[in-house]
Amino acid sequence: MKKFAALLLAMLLVLTMTVGSAMAEVTVGIVNNPPSESGYREANVKDFEAVFSAENGYTAKTYYSLKNDEQLAAAQQFITDGVDYLLISAAETTGWDAVLTSAQENGIPVFLFDRMIACDESLYEAAVVSDMANQGKLAVEWLIAQNLEAYNIIHIQGAMGSDAQIGRTGALDAQVAANDNWKLVVQQTATWDEAEAKKITESVINSKEAFNIIYAENDGMAKGAVAALDEAGISHGVNGDVIVMGFDCNRWALRELLAGNWNYDGQCSPFQAQVISDLIQKLEAGEALNLESKKIISEEKGFDAKTLTQEDIDTYGLGE
Amino acid sequence: MAKQTKINWSKHSQLIVPLLSIALIVLFNAFRDPSFFSIEITTNNAGSTVLTGNLISILNGASELAILAMGMTLVTAACGGQDISVGALAAIAGSVFVKVLRAGEITPVTIALGFVACCVVAMAFGAFNGTLVSAFKIQPMIATLVLFTCGRSVAYWINGGATPTVESPLINAIGSFIPGVPVPTPILIVIVTAIVLALVFRFTSLGLYTQAVGINQRAARLNGINTTMIKLLSFMILGVCCAIAGVIAVSRLSLINHETLLLDIEMDAILAVAIGGNALSGGKFKIAGSVLGAYAIQALTITLYAMKVPSTDVKAYKAIVIILIVVIGSPVVKAKLSQLWKKIKEGKQGKEAVRA
Repeated sequence: MKKFAALLLAMLLVLTMTVGSAMAEVTVGIVNNPPSESGYREANVKDFEAVFSAENGYTAKTYYSLKNDEQLAAAQQFITDGVDYLLISAAETTGWDAVLTSAQENGIPVFLFDRMIACDESLYEAAVVSDMANQGKLAVEWLIAQNLEAYNIIHIQGAMGSDAQIGRTGALDAQVAANDNWKLVVQQTATWDEAEAKKITESVINSKEAFNIIYAENDGMAKGAVAALDEAGISHGVNGDVIVMGFDCNRWALRELLAGNWNYDGQCSPFQAQVISDLIQKLEAGEALNLESKKIISEEKGFDAKTLTQEDIDTYGLGE
Repeated sequence: MAKQTKINWSKHSQLIVPLLSIALIVLFNAFRDPSFFSIEITTNNAGSTVLTGNLISILNGASELAILAMGMTLVTAACGGQDISVGALAAIAGSVFVKVLRAGEITPVTIALGFVACCVVAMAFGAFNGTLVSAFKIQPMIATLVLFTCGRSVAYWINGGATPTVESPLINAIGSFIPGVPVPTPILIVIVTAIVLALVFRFTSLGLYTQAVGINQRAARLNGINTTMIKLLSFMILGVCCAIAGVIAVSRLSLINHETLLLDIEMDAILAVAIGGNALSGGKFKIAGSVLGAYAIQALTITLYAMKVPSTDVKAYKAIVIILIVVIGSPVVKAKLSQLWKKIKEGKQGKEAVRA
């Protein structure tokens, strides 16, 4: 009986392998965070599903988790399964050396996307990531270009210590420190929570301190802050008293820009799949990658409410 | 006459701790910044005349917490344990509400339909928790750990998208102001919920039965009370409270972020029950105490924000104040205080006797 079962299993294995290899040429193992994490992740997962599809000649094995140890186990399993390429967006930056070394030993090229891993560069082919510091810089440059006499800013931060928070805070902090007419009326973290952002803004309004800019580190928190402005009867947006800035470019947020209720939205591009796919095709063709730097930064923009078009929303917007 | 007042005092003695803590926060603010409690009349961006100010912010912001604290008090009284899944359940209820609204046009009818739907769903989940607790005799905190863990994933499944939005003036009317009414709607919803609950207690024996089950389950059963039913009912009522809180939270921002909606509110709700002077081991309870507790917590948070305490530190400061409140309200300190009071009184009487 046992022998029979073993035989059956072996046959099944051979069958799936032949079917698998017949259907697609390249097998990729994708380790990512779950789409439920955020609007960003949802778009990110969709992007990878679309690019690494059967029509494009790929078989994709995916694993989604917010937990580093589960991701590690899944990556190890993909190596054991013998995938051709390993694509990773790690939950945490540390702990990956053993798995990446194991991939290298098995001749599986590794690509990182969205998030860097703290390890030696030789362990991966390339990393396609967002430059959060550049997003902050773009936003601050836009703000400087508005040529205001005084910059009194309500700065609502994301979860402290996250990549996005550090990058988007950095540029603003530097600008405020270097200029006398730039002032942070309040700098508080709302840990990405819309309701918390509303409370922080409300408390500033109640204190009667003057402010003319809301710099929220994501769209949700900007929306929370705007809800507080609306209740207090403070005008905002293109022709309003208060400038509203957000990040991430959710479609609903870009629509607020188009309606003139907000002023600026910084993009955080979740579209890394095509870049990686192009690199993989190069490797498949036997070419060397010859990258200038292994860190490939996604091109990102900042959108101004005055110049935004419906086409931009359709192209760059996340979600619905 | 003296006896009469004494009885009244002891009847409401439970409310002393929450009232005292609110008074302390008020006093502190009065010294810190006398204008803290000023209320202003302004015109909001929708064009209606509304009230604003820190006091309104406190009353408004505590709405979800106050409603959850009402339900939590009942569960605590009946089961001698707490439901830690209220935040997750509110997220599920909010998701159902959003799902119904997004199915078609947003009209008063679809809003009512959405509210009924999320109430039904929340009551079903409440019944699930209640069954685990009452029929399977699982510790409430362990039983509700299930929903606490998976609730936000369930909320995500319902809508799929990460932050679905529901834009409509009608939703704004629920979450912020009804045109022409200067008081934020969430405050009105709290009042209505409180009145409904008060009427239920006035015209049914639910309050008495809940108390009986909480004090001595066996005695209650021997007296013909269906203890399983009472516990189940308390969880289902809490479910409705979660649905109301979820609808308010969604309407405030016209969007739902299932990961952050009413995050960590279960702990504040339990705290409100404790500050309200209710025994966390069940039995006698006073819903008014918990509601006052909720406002005390919110007043504290708003005060800390007004003082520009970094919000990462707010929780630590809150903890310090909470330790004080809970210790002062603890039976040991209470007994010591009443002893002291007695001594002072006796001393006075002794002196008076000497004088006489």
